[in-house]
Amino acid sequence: MKAAIITFPGSNCDRDLAVAFEQAGAEVARVWHKDQDLPEGTDIVGVPGGFSYGDYLRCGAIAAQSPIMQAVRKHVEKGGYALGICNGFQILTETGLLPGALMRNAGLKFVCKTVTLKVATSDSDFTRGWNAGDEASIPVAHHDGNYTIDAEGLQRLKDEDRVAFTYTEDVNGAMEGIAGVLSANRRVLGMMPHPERAADAALGGTDGSVLFRSLSGALALA
Amino acid sequence: MTDPVITPELVAAHGLKPDEYERILEIIGREPTFTELGIFSAMWNEHCSYKSSKKWLRTLHTTGPQVICGPGENAGVVDIGDGQAVIFKMESHNHPSYIEPHQGAATGVGGILRDVFTMGARPIAAMDALSFGLPSHPKTAHLVKGVVEGIGGYGNAFGVPNVGGEVRFHASYNGNCLVNAFAAGLADADKIFYSAASGVGMPVVYLGAKTGRDGVGGATMASAEFDDTIEDKRPTVQVGDPFTEKRLLEACLELMASDSVISIQDMGAAGLTCSAVEMGDKGGLGIKLTLDHVPQREAQMTAYEMMLSESQERMLMVLKPEKEAVARAIFVKWDLDFAIVGETIPEDRFLIIHGNEVKADLPLSKLSSSAPEYDRPWVETPAPVALAPVPAIDPIDALKALIGSPNYAAKTWVYEQYDTQVMADTVRAPGLGAGVVRVHGTPKALAFTSDVTPRYVKANPYEGGKQAVAEAWRNLTAVGATPLAATDNLNFGNPEKPEIMGQFVGAIKGIGEACRALDFPIVSGNVSLYNETDGKGILPTPTIGAVGLLASLDDLIAGRPAEGDIALLIGSTKGHLGQSALLSEAFGREDGDAPHVDLALERKNGDFVRANRKLIKAASDLADGGLALAAFEMAEGAGTGVTLDSSDIGQLFGEDQARYLVACAPDAAERLLVAARAVGVAASLVGRFGGTEVRLGTSAAPIATLSALYRSAFAKAVA
Repeated sequence: MKAAIITFPGSNCDRDLAVAFEQAGAEVARVWHKDQDLPEGTDIVGVPGGFSYGDYLRCGAIAAQSPIMQAVRKHVEKGGYALGICNGFQILTETGLLPGALMRNAGLKFVCKTVTLKVATSDSDFTRGWNAGDEASIPVAHHDGNYTIDAEGLQRLKDEDRVAFTYTEDVNGAMEGIAGVLSANRRVLGMMPHPERAADAALGGTDGSVLFRSLSGALALA
Repeated sequence: MTDPVITPELVAAHGLKPDEYERILEIIGREPTFTELGIFSAMWNEHCSYKSSKKWLRTLHTTGPQVICGPGENAGVVDIGDGQAVIFKMESHNHPSYIEPHQGAATGVGGILRDVFTMGARPIAAMDALSFGLPSHPKTAHLVKGVVEGIGGYGNAFGVPNVGGEVRFHASYNGNCLVNAFAAGLADADKIFYSAASGVGMPVVYLGAKTGRDGVGGATMASAEFDDTIEDKRPTVQVGDPFTEKRLLEACLELMASDSVISIQDMGAAGLTCSAVEMGDKGGLGIKLTLDHVPQREAQMTAYEMMLSESQERMLMVLKPEKEAVARAIFVKWDLDFAIVGETIPEDRFLIIHGNEVKADLPLSKLSSSAPEYDRPWVETPAPVALAPVPAIDPIDALKALIGSPNYAAKTWVYEQYDTQVMADTVRAPGLGAGVVRVHGTPKALAFTSDVTPRYVKANPYEGGKQAVAEAWRNLTAVGATPLAATDNLNFGNPEKPEIMGQFVGAIKGIGEACRALDFPIVSGNVSLYNETDGKGILPTPTIGAVGLLASLDDLIAGRPAEGDIALLIGSTKGHLGQSALLSEAFGREDGDAPHVDLALERKNGDFVRANRKLIKAASDLADGGLALAAFEMAEGAGTGVTLDSSDIGQLFGEDQARYLVACAPDAAERLLVAARAVGVAASLVGRFGGTEVRLGTSAAPIATLSALYRSAFAKAVA
């Protein structure tokens, strides 16, 4: 598995995501936001958490216009994989690679804590290591994680089984507790919780590593 | 634009006393220009010159084999083995935070982070010690919300985990809150960057954000008492931009790795003035600046404004001339300003040119070395009044009084607004005791804590100062870490009052004594004086931030007590209730003496805990609130109940020092008691963990009820 992790100005989980991919056996390349192309042979693009461009204007909006995101779009259109976590999820919705939007938390405050997620589908290369209905303890840390989508879009996500994770408690006001969604071809995942922060026993939890191991299993021969 | 005429009123408005102005005239032999007056006021105010505190700070214990660099640089540097160093400091941003809580606190965090990365370290942990007025005071809720949002907004975006701190409420902070921000970073011990310039004709480079008019005169403001004109001071508070800070961090670390930097200094209080003088003075060189080259955010800025601006996210650097292209490319990459604004010169001059005019021409070395230094008169704090009889109280009611108060309730409301896990190395997040962060890519970890009990310091500055250090040392020990070194953030009232100066002197003596006895040097720090409003001073609050080392995560004591675990007390309890949390929260009283600290015993008991960490499942230091509060917190955190056998209020809530509560499996408890007897450490069985109740002697309540109170009281108080 070859992973390319993007660094935008203001990204601050880029290293963490790279480490989690490496621990799952990936060959990791670090990519700069001004780059025009992804490295040859990239299987999956990691769009990390943080505050790209300071989250000024609107979370993810400026990053969505950066040169590298054009390359990511092409990669996805060719069937390539992408994982956006937290700010990365916001960037993927702003880019239009995932539906919906992340609004300010209903409580209006930044929220950082470990939450229990329900795995809503195991039908993706990200979630295959779980069974649908399994629970996973994974930290969140965001100010804008309140997932919102129009009624038609929501129905479509449900009909196509594209909700990847839901919260088991009200964390940020997200519609139907949605914590992560998949693209139509199930190869792009955006999620607010940080699986890369729950991928090391020394830090108190390894539930997040299931995701990286699932990916590595699926992409090992890709 | 013509500069104002220098009048006695203008001199006074710059916070300079008439005799200080006389000294300026003596040094330069003429009347200063307006810009020069501004430069002197910036360099000679209390905040930058430490003129009231220097004499006493010199008495602190600041050395040891682990110390690579003690006080005097941007932050202290301490060896953690394997060629690595931890770099840390704590600094106050009290006055700005009271005036504009969000930006005041945010820029406090930004400033301390810069102090750390200007030395070449990547910040890996932050903490914040906050003191507010009573929750019932009309300003408090607004201040708490703003300060916490400001800290979170800056630190979260920058991307440094917040792993600890304190929050307290007391009437003495009603008109003067305290925001003490701590940051620690990691660097290779042979790649530390210092501020002393070297070499003549070397380019002086300006890095980072542009200079605006924000914060002009901020350092002078921070050295004055508050009165009802405070709202007029809002324009002196700076505005923070964590996005620029994050880019500045990455650009600086990249630059430092490129072998281009001779010396570097962040622009903090009094911005360009302080940083340039610092670099020149330490290097024994002069500095010439041409302000026309300074990147400016606003048009028509004067030399005076540029020299005193406290715009954030800026650095000054002396560059190896042959590296200009390399350095500039790094800053262009990160979209930051990079401008050569001056050069080092051989003569002792601080020469400021703007629009082809000389705006200031001063003997540089005199700006800091000739700054006034005062031996302020002080009086010994009178012996505390004896403790009046303590009324009878049911132990559970006493516990409820504590955990239902925002002072001792869970601080979840605060730290859930901070990113505590970014960088994915947080081993122990805030909540209970010291925070622990792994040293990236190694099995090592660092523990962080910040402590002080201001009530103690007021009653007995000497013992209170000792206690703050001892508690920090104990907190590090309780997670299994070896205490390394500390930073002190000394918040006091007006030093021109002999009784306040007496508190300062007493506390410093106590801190010095404890640091010597525990081999726990102070390696950096900050003094914040004039924390008074309308003549009323705060509780003396010398916050101690401290760092400990775990050579391996295997040494960590972080587990939770389980059903059936034995509760052992290490140390002995006489039942000291003077100045206790119980007295204050249950009876609204602050009388009696502070508990005295036996430093030899402190060391003996702490060393015992560390030596026997393999037998210990969970540990907590005992501080304010005593055994009962520690046992409750430990049980609550683990979702279990606890029984303490005693129902004696002194045994349960006494605040005797040098004590730990530890939880052990029954067989390990047996072995620990034997080990304690063998080395003459007092240890006793005081109860058991398990069940669904908290039982204190004969009185009990369901843990669920107490937990609900403990988890809701803070939010309720500040809502």
